[in-house]
Amino acid sequence: MPGITREEVAHLARLARLELKAEELDHFAGQLDDIIGAVARVSEVADQDVPPTSHPLPLTNVMRTDEVRPSLTPQQALACAPAQEQQRFKVPQILGEE
Amino acid sequence: MTVTELVSYEDALAAYDPVMGLEVHVELGTKTKMFCGCSTALGAEPNTQTCPTCLGLPGSLPVVNATGVESAIKIGLALNCEIAEWCRFARKNYFYPDMPKNFQTSQYDEPIAFNGYLDVDVDGEVFRVEIERAHMEEDTGKSTHVGGATGRIHGAQHSLLDYNRAGIPLIEIVTKPIVGAGAKAPEVAKAYVTELRELIKSLGVSDARMEMGQMRCDVNLSLRPQGADKFGTRSETKNVNSLRSVERAVRFEIQRHAAVLGDGGTIIQETRHFHEEDGSTTSGRVKEEAEDYRYFPEPDLVPVAPARTWVEELRGGLPELPRVRRNRLREEWGLSRHEMQSVLNAGAIELITATIDEGAPADQARKWWMGELARRANEDGVELTALPITPAQVARVCALVKEGSLNDKLARQTIEGVLAGEGGPDEVVAARGLKVVSDEGALGTAVDEAIAANAAIADKIRGGKVAAAGALVGAVMKATRGQADAARVRELILEKLGVEG
Repeated sequence: MPGITREEVAHLARLARLELKAEELDHFAGQLDDIIGAVARVSEVADQDVPPTSHPLPLTNVMRTDEVRPSLTPQQALACAPAQEQQRFKVPQILGEE
Repeated sequence: MTVTELVSYEDALAAYDPVMGLEVHVELGTKTKMFCGCSTALGAEPNTQTCPTCLGLPGSLPVVNATGVESAIKIGLALNCEIAEWCRFARKNYFYPDMPKNFQTSQYDEPIAFNGYLDVDVDGEVFRVEIERAHMEEDTGKSTHVGGATGRIHGAQHSLLDYNRAGIPLIEIVTKPIVGAGAKAPEVAKAYVTELRELIKSLGVSDARMEMGQMRCDVNLSLRPQGADKFGTRSETKNVNSLRSVERAVRFEIQRHAAVLGDGGTIIQETRHFHEEDGSTTSGRVKEEAEDYRYFPEPDLVPVAPARTWVEELRGGLPELPRVRRNRLREEWGLSRHEMQSVLNAGAIELITATIDEGAPADQARKWWMGELARRANEDGVELTALPITPAQVARVCALVKEGSLNDKLARQTIEGVLAGEGGPDEVVAARGLKVVSDEGALGTAVDEAIAANAAIADKIRGGKVAAAGALVGAVMKATRGQADAARVRELILEKLGVEG
């Protein structure tokens, strides 16, 4: 029984601004289901007394002092931009939101 | 778009009880960004303060700014919050060009500070606003929309992004639902944001200038029928960025909600945009559910676990908080709560304090800043602090009045001269010739002339109508073009007419 539906994949695709074809929705629903199923097996092994791990290293409080370091030049920053204008990143029309 | 006919504020309040939630974002005044060493200096050329981390380039790793965490803890402590023993950052995922990483690094269910309160003064009464949480996050880049009619996103052909601001530390402070404010809800909202701004400034963690976007407020509001327990559906008005606007936004939303509900309609949970021009709000987007952001613990940043010794050290180093200080000053200056509120609203506390520090008596310092100078600032549409006169100069005017070389009228002219850029008080007095006529001989002559010219009045005074002396004082003041000491003139008149004052 698939846990991930086509509709959920379509919703995720919308959040990720991805345009998916009908056959892709089916394809990814199956794949995502397999992935989640595999990960879910961890919880079968881990009992209640094992807390979820977000960080594998036993470290806390890694901080830096508030000192300015050199930034990239704007030319470097924009080097990989597909489009630029007025020393800014140029992006396509932003639709559907304000 | 349907235009809703607003219900009058009084009618809205008669039927419904407003519940508010305020979310305030404060941009910290750190030298560098929250997760990288890029400068946060204002006014830089576009995209000159970015690096692989704040541009979200592959392989880059964030490191937390220690001063950012310290500032967050200070704010939490000043808001009477508990400080987390251990907390994590989280990714808030959304695809929007203002964040090149495609997520904002924020905190989700483990804020660094939680469960606090802030007491605010409303009409001389104390209103306690409960604080849900204060958490650390980062600002977004700045978008410029090109091709639309008014620089707005609607109709824009494309947008341009400057990421200098992306990654600047933000503290988001969220209240618990504010209930019980009733008709005073707009004032409570404004008083809360005002108090919070004063608090942030006193901590020295941000200049908190709303007009510069260093402090921004979102207003959540819902109505429930009078007597009901359950909250209604809320709207979230974004980016209400002045104290006056906070008050107006709350008032408008109360009237709008009441109109919709009164017509049997339902409030949609949505974000709304506030319009500075007329104080109205319009529909924005339908709000995402929290799960749409797919929050998860940020794997690239290890947890923050502030040592209790550090927290207590920071608590010990907190300055006298604004409300406590205000109450102390209020007693020292001998003001009522209401008068002190006016001083606060006028932004005059620091100016008056500084003027007193320069040697002026409290009542005089307050009189000038809240009177003549407040009037001028109001006329010119500027903040008091923007007037071209210093506390030291106001204190000098007070000193000249005290030593008797200026009377009230001349002092006002002196201040006028300073504001007009004619120099300091002494220069203005010298240049305009504004000295009180204290030459007893000249004054005596003027008094004699006034008595001679107003024989009937003089007779009344001789007959015991001392109050009539005012008319003669006026005549002498006119003759000396206002440059006489009115009290001394009155003495001389009564003396010459042989009457006891």
